[in-house]
Amino acid sequence: MKWEVVIGIEVHVQLNTASKIFSGASTAFGAAPNTQASAVELAFPGVLPVLNRAVVDKAIRLGLALDAKINQKNVFARKNYFYPDLPKGYQISQMELPIVEHGKIKILVGDQEKVIGVTRAHMEEDAGKSLHEDFHGLSGIDLNRAGTPLLEVVSEPDMRSVDEALAYVKVLYALVTWLGICDGNMQEGSFRMDVNVSVRPEGQKEFGTRREIKNLNSFRFLEQAAKYEIQWQIDTLEDGGKVQQATVLFDPDSGETRMMRSKEDAHDYRYFPDPDLLPVRISDEQIARIRADLPELPGAMQARFVESYGVSAYDAALLTSSLKQAEYFEAAAKASGQGKLAANWVNGEIAARLNRDGKEIGDCPIDAARLSGLIVRIADGTLSSKLAKQVFEAMWDSELSADAIIERDGLKQVSDVGAIEKMVDEAIAANPKAVEEFRAGKEKALNALAGQVMKASKGKANPAQVQEILKQKLA
Amino acid sequence: MINATLKALSQQLAAKAVSSEELAGLYLDRIAALNPTLNAFISVDRDKTLAEARAADALRAAGQAGLLAGVPIAHKDIFCQQGWKTSCGSKMLDNFISPYDAHVVEQCRAAGLVTLGRTNMDEFAMGSSNENSFYGPVKNPWDLAAIPGGSSGGSAAVVAARLAPVATGTDTGGSIRQPASHCGVTGIKPTYGVVSRYGMVAYASSLDQGGPLAQTAEDCALLLNVMAGFDQRDSTSLERAKEDYSRDLNAPLNGLKIGLPREYFAEGLSADVAGVVDGAIAELKKLGAEVVEISLPNTQLSIPAYYVIAPAEASTNLSRYDGVRYGHRAAEYKDLVDMYEKTRAEGFGAEVKRRIMVGTYVLSHGYYDAYYLKAQKIRRLIANDFKAAFEQCDVILGPVAPSAAFNLGEKSGDPVQMYLSDIYTLSVNLAGLPGMSVPAGFAANGRPVGLQIIGNYFGEAKMLNVAHQFQQATDWHTKAPAL
Repeated sequence: MKWEVVIGIEVHVQLNTASKIFSGASTAFGAAPNTQASAVELAFPGVLPVLNRAVVDKAIRLGLALDAKINQKNVFARKNYFYPDLPKGYQISQMELPIVEHGKIKILVGDQEKVIGVTRAHMEEDAGKSLHEDFHGLSGIDLNRAGTPLLEVVSEPDMRSVDEALAYVKVLYALVTWLGICDGNMQEGSFRMDVNVSVRPEGQKEFGTRREIKNLNSFRFLEQAAKYEIQWQIDTLEDGGKVQQATVLFDPDSGETRMMRSKEDAHDYRYFPDPDLLPVRISDEQIARIRADLPELPGAMQARFVESYGVSAYDAALLTSSLKQAEYFEAAAKASGQGKLAANWVNGEIAARLNRDGKEIGDCPIDAARLSGLIVRIADGTLSSKLAKQVFEAMWDSELSADAIIERDGLKQVSDVGAIEKMVDEAIAANPKAVEEFRAGKEKALNALAGQVMKASKGKANPAQVQEILKQKLA
Repeated sequence: MINATLKALSQQLAAKAVSSEELAGLYLDRIAALNPTLNAFISVDRDKTLAEARAADALRAAGQAGLLAGVPIAHKDIFCQQGWKTSCGSKMLDNFISPYDAHVVEQCRAAGLVTLGRTNMDEFAMGSSNENSFYGPVKNPWDLAAIPGGSSGGSAAVVAARLAPVATGTDTGGSIRQPASHCGVTGIKPTYGVVSRYGMVAYASSLDQGGPLAQTAEDCALLLNVMAGFDQRDSTSLERAKEDYSRDLNAPLNGLKIGLPREYFAEGLSADVAGVVDGAIAELKKLGAEVVEISLPNTQLSIPAYYVIAPAEASTNLSRYDGVRYGHRAAEYKDLVDMYEKTRAEGFGAEVKRRIMVGTYVLSHGYYDAYYLKAQKIRRLIANDFKAAFEQCDVILGPVAPSAAFNLGEKSGDPVQMYLSDIYTLSVNLAGLPGMSVPAGFAANGRPVGLQIIGNYFGEAKMLNVAHQFQQATDWHTKAPAL
C-alpha cells in the first residue's frame, strides 16, 4: 500500500527580551541555578504577574511577518497541572484568544513551492528545569528559565513529507532570527519543536491517528525522529496493528521514538482566563508602528534577488536562510557586479566549507569584500574555475586579497595566444602517437594532448583556448 | 485611652500626650490579657512591635511624623509582611515567614503605623464564621458562644475588643462587612482595584479586595487613604488620581436618595435584623434622606454564581502550595505524586479542600461552559441590576447578614446553610462595587447588627459620608463589649 504522511508542527520560540514575561527578573542564560528567579517565578503567596509589553511587540512582529491576523484583544489563560518545575501549579498561556491567528509560511522543496498554514501563535511563559542527574536519587529544580517568554507557533497539518517539515521549520527559524525576536540558539533551547506525525493510505480523506514527538531542538533530530516515526507507524499498520494517539520522545542515541504518555494519561488542563491579568489590548497605532519597523522580509528579498541579480528561485531561498547570509550575498554581488557567480560561491564553496567546520556565515573568514575580489577575477578571465578554487583555499587560511594571492603564487590564467601556441607545438612534437590517433578519428586523443599542455602550464593555461588552438594546429 | 479612635489617638500622639511606645505597650498588655480568651491574633511579637513604635517616636521627635504615625494597627494574616509569619490561617503556611511586604503593608509602614500583630482568619479567607482557621475559631467579644463572622473575624474582633484601634481585612464575598456587622465595628470593602492585591494571599483573584476595619467611618476613611492607591505590580490595580476618602464626611444628607432593594427585605431575613435596618433607615430619613424602592432581581443567583467562580479561581490559586518550595511538606512519601497528595491532604482544612474540589470540577473539560461560563454571565446580569438601580438612587441600604451572629458550631456541619447566609454580601463582590457595614443596633440576644451601605463604583467617599452622618446622630459605634 502507498502511504501518505501528514505532519503538523508546534514550535516554542524563545523571545529575546531582557526580562521575563511577567516579572523584571533577567532572562540571561547560564546563571547559577535559581539566581534569576524572583518571588514571582518562585510563586510566593500573594505575588502577581505583570505583562512585559516587549513580548507583545515581538509577537505582533512575527504575526505581521506571517501575514496573519493580529487579535487586538487577546487573553491570557491558566493551564493547570502539577509539576515541581512549574511553581504556580499552572502555566500562564493563551487558549481561546491568542495574539496571532491565520498566518502562512511559504516553503520551497526542490522546485516545488508550497504554502503552509500557521493556525496560531500565542504568548506563554516557560517552565523551569528539573535536573534528575547528579542528585543521588533526588531531583534538582532550577527556576532560572521559569517565566522566560515564549511564542508557541502552531502550524496546520499541511506538510506531506519530512522534507516539507524541515523546510517549514527552517523558514520559520530564519524568520524569527531575521526579525530579531529570537536569538536562535537551538542548543540553549531557543527554538524547540514538537512534531505531530500521522500516516494514511494514499487517497484517504480522514487523517490517521497522530503521535506527537516532543521537544526536538535540532533540525537533524527532527529529520531522524520524523523518519523513524513514519516508518514505525507504517510498519505497525502494515502488520495489522493500530496507532494509538500518544506523546513520544526521541532518543538521539538509539535513533528511536518511545512513548511518554498515551491519550488516556492526557491532562485536563482546565484552561480559564487568568483573573490576575487584564485582556491584552492592541491599538491600530501600535500595529502601524511595528509594521513600519519591519525589515525587508525573506520572501520579498528572494523575489528581489531573482529580479535584480538573476539568481534562481532555489538559490534565492538558500541565500535568505538567514539575514546575515542574505546581507553577505548582496554585498558580494553588488561589489563584484556578478550576482549569479556570487550566489554560486555563497551557496557552494562557502556553504560547504562552513558546514564542514560547523560554522555560520557570521564566522566566515572571508568577508564579502574579499569574496567579491575573487569573483571579479573569475569574471574577467584572470582565473579559471580550477585556479579560483586554489585562490579561495589560500584566502580561507589568510587575510590576503585574491589579487595578492594571484600575484604571490603566479596563478594568473594564461590566455596569451603566443604562449599557448608554443606549448601546443611542444606537446604535438612530443606526442606523435596521440597526434596520429586523433588524425585517425579518435577524438579522445585530443584530451590527452590538452592535458599535456595544461600540465606544462601548471594548470594556468586557459582550457578553452588550449582546445581551440590544438584543433586548429591538427586540422 | 483604649476606647479612643484612630483619629483621637493620632491627635494625642501629635500633642505628645502619649508616646507610640507607651500606646503599643498598652495594647500589647491588653492583648496578652484577652487574646487567650478571644483567639483573635495568630501572631504577636512584642519586641518587633515596640521596635516599630520606637521608630515612630523617633520620626516624631525628628518632626517627620505623618498624620497616622505611631498609631497601632493589626494586620489580617493574609497580607504578606516581611519577617512575620504569614499563615493565612492555614497549616500549609504555618512555617512561612514572608520575605516581602504586601503593598498594603508597605503603605501602612510608610505612614508610620505600628504593627500589633497578625489577626486570625478562616483558612485562605474561605468561611463566614472563622471556624475554618487552623488556629481555632475566634470568639465573638460580645458573646463568647458566638462566631465573630468571617473570614476577617480576627480583625473585626480585635477592633471590637479594643485590642487594636484599627485593622486591615479582605473581602471576597463579605469577609469585611459580615464580621464587622457581627462584632459591631465599621468596615469597608472598596471598589475592586482600589486597594492593590500585591502581597495579599489570593483566594479568588477577581473578587478579593482589601479594606479597613475600625470603630468609626471616619477612621475607615483615614485608613483607606493609606491603603488605597495604584500599584503597578497588580495588573488589576486601577490607575486613578489619589483621593481623600474623608473629604465628604461632613456633607449634609439632604436629598440623598437611598435605594432599598425589595429582594433584601424578603423571606429569610430575621425580625431582629429587619428591625435594626428599619431603625437605621428612619434615622437617615430624619437626616434628610429620601427612600426609593429598587429591585436587584438576580440577587438569588449570586450564591450559585459566587460558589462557582470563587472556588474555580481558588482551585488554581492554591495549586502553588505543593510542598516543593515553602510551607508544609509531608514528612514521608513514596514519590512525587504521593508527596503532593500527602502534603495537600495534611496542609489544607476541610473547607479549603471542598472548594478546591468544587473549583476543579467546574473548570473540567465538558463542564466549563455549564458552570464557569454560565456563572460569569450571571455575574454580568448582577452588575447590570446594580447599574439600573443606581440610576434611581445614590446609595443602597440593606442588611449585611440574615441574622445576628450564630453560635459556634451551629452551622459548621452544613456548608450550604453557611453559604446561604452570604446572600446580601456576595453580589457586591461579583459586581466589583464598594460596600460597608456600620453598627446599627443589637439583636434580642444582645449581639450586634450592622447596616450595609452599597455605593456605586468609586462611591467610597459618598458611602463614608452617609455612615459618618449616621454615626454623628447615633452611638451604636461607640458601644464596646464588656470583657
